Amino acid sequence: MKGRRRSAAGPKIGLTLIGLYFLVPLVSTGAFSLWEGGNRYGFRAYLALIHQAELWQSLGLSLRLALETILVGLVILVPAVFWVNLRVPRLRPVFDFVSVLPFVVPPIALVAGLTALYRGPSWFVGTANYLVVPYVILALPYTYRALEVGMRALDLRTLTEAAESVGAGWLTIMFRVIVPNLSTALIGAALLTIAIVMGEFTFANILLFNTFAVYINYVGQTATTEAAALTLLSFLITWLAMLGVLLTGRGQAQIGGAR
Amino acid sequence: MNRGAARPGSAGLLARPGGALTLLFVWPFLLYVCAFLILPTLMLLATAFRGGHGATWHYVGELGQTQTLIAFRNSIELSAVSALAGLVIGGLAAYFVLRPGMPGGLRSLVTTFSAVAANFAGVPLAFAFIATLGSLGVITVWLKSIGVDLYATGFRLYSISGLVIVYAYFQVPLMIIVITPALQALRSEWREAAENLGASSADYWRHVGLPILLPSLLSAYILLFGNAFSAYATPYAISSGIVALVPVEISNVLSGNVMLSRQTGAALAFGMIIVMVVVMALYALISRRVARWSRR
Repeated sequence: MKGRRRSAAGPKIGLTLIGLYFLVPLVSTGAFSLWEGGNRYGFRAYLALIHQAELWQSLGLSLRLALETILVGLVILVPAVFWVNLRVPRLRPVFDFVSVLPFVVPPIALVAGLTALYRGPSWFVGTANYLVVPYVILALPYTYRALEVGMRALDLRTLTEAAESVGAGWLTIMFRVIVPNLSTALIGAALLTIAIVMGEFTFANILLFNTFAVYINYVGQTATTEAAALTLLSFLITWLAMLGVLLTGRGQAQIGGAR
Repeated sequence: MNRGAARPGSAGLLARPGGALTLLFVWPFLLYVCAFLILPTLMLLATAFRGGHGATWHYVGELGQTQTLIAFRNSIELSAVSALAGLVIGGLAAYFVLRPGMPGGLRSLVTTFSAVAANFAGVPLAFAFIATLGSLGVITVWLKSIGVDLYATGFRLYSISGLVIVYAYFQVPLMIIVITPALQALRSEWREAAENLGASSADYWRHVGLPILLPSLLSAYILLFGNAFSAYATPYAISSGIVALVPVEISNVLSGNVMLSRQTGAALAFGMIIVMVVVMALYALISRRVARWSRR
């Protein structure tokens, strides 16, 4: 391109510095996780972790909650977004509005509201499954966006007409026509939900459930090298989930997460 | 529209009057949101304004206490500064990456990494920085070995400036993600036209580039501000509540760690929502401007 003959040294130095800022904490965490005190380095922290039942329990719990969140979120959202796109487009502004509400009510405020409102019954608020309730809300903006974009790309009217003309009922249409056509959007939304739920700390910490992030924090109070090892594991999970999102989507970066 | 295509007399999704099906398809979602998002928020409002004898301003008035004022000031300062850091660094990074002559794979690498880093937050991020810049962190120890005692200079990871460094880790990538489309929309023809008329690079940015980008930059800043303002896990894990921030104060109330009443906690949460409402309203307003501009 003409008129931009200046050397690219400035931008390259700038990008290198910014890159260092992002790389150094990861490398440091890696080095720290191998530190065994003094000048000794090794895999002691990792070996200690593998044998801790709490790690596997908390990891399993977070994974289970992530799957439940995906399921509940899709069950309530897929039919709703489908119907809004097919028959009641006048409701779309309502949906757009509702889908940004989770940004307006920060997690810490929502958990304060939830604890003030729901004090029972214990089969509902007393088990870790209760966390799925706010997690669906956390994931809502991203799931909604993914479904909305996915459904807009489909000709829902023609698909529905075609399915009905061969005698399909609405359940068949939902499961055999709409969902398969949305697989890309659904996978993207699911992976993002996994990234969000695996790192979620606010609700689990306040409501006293031992999820993965709560466990990392607990370990960090006593064993900092082990916490560094877990941090790397957590980064790896986020990395895998986001890579999946980017590979299934069209290079669309998305933002979620529990800050 | 060929709605009669469905079998006559059948109750197809397209032919049937919408009422009952709308109920079936749409209401579970709306009910869910009402029960678990809107009602809890209203409950906060009710708690904050309800005393033993009817409505009261007492607890909202308690937001004027020194302790809560400090929390709000700290939160706003931290959000404003970290958003500015994200805006400048992320904006420059995105601009650099888009420049011609950068290596081919760089753009997709930065996009992927931004998506990961923007989502890598909370407790793990806190520990990554404790391992780096904490009192026993790798960089802190290394600096000490070459004669620089970071902690003797008064630096603390669990201070506002320390937290800004940590927050930048998710603010910068978020900025890169949101500003890249706006930068891509700057046409090279505009720049060439300006240069043909004798404009320097600085002239171009001052009279063409920045004015066009301004609404996008503003809305990105607001988004970053809100992003930092509602962060809880990161400061909690780093400071264990040493730095008074609004989310940390609320969690202290909820865990019963402080003398503040439950109602004051609700008032704090309500105050936080007010700030976020203002933030999101501004964001929507400016985004609409951006959309109008790009349509012309």
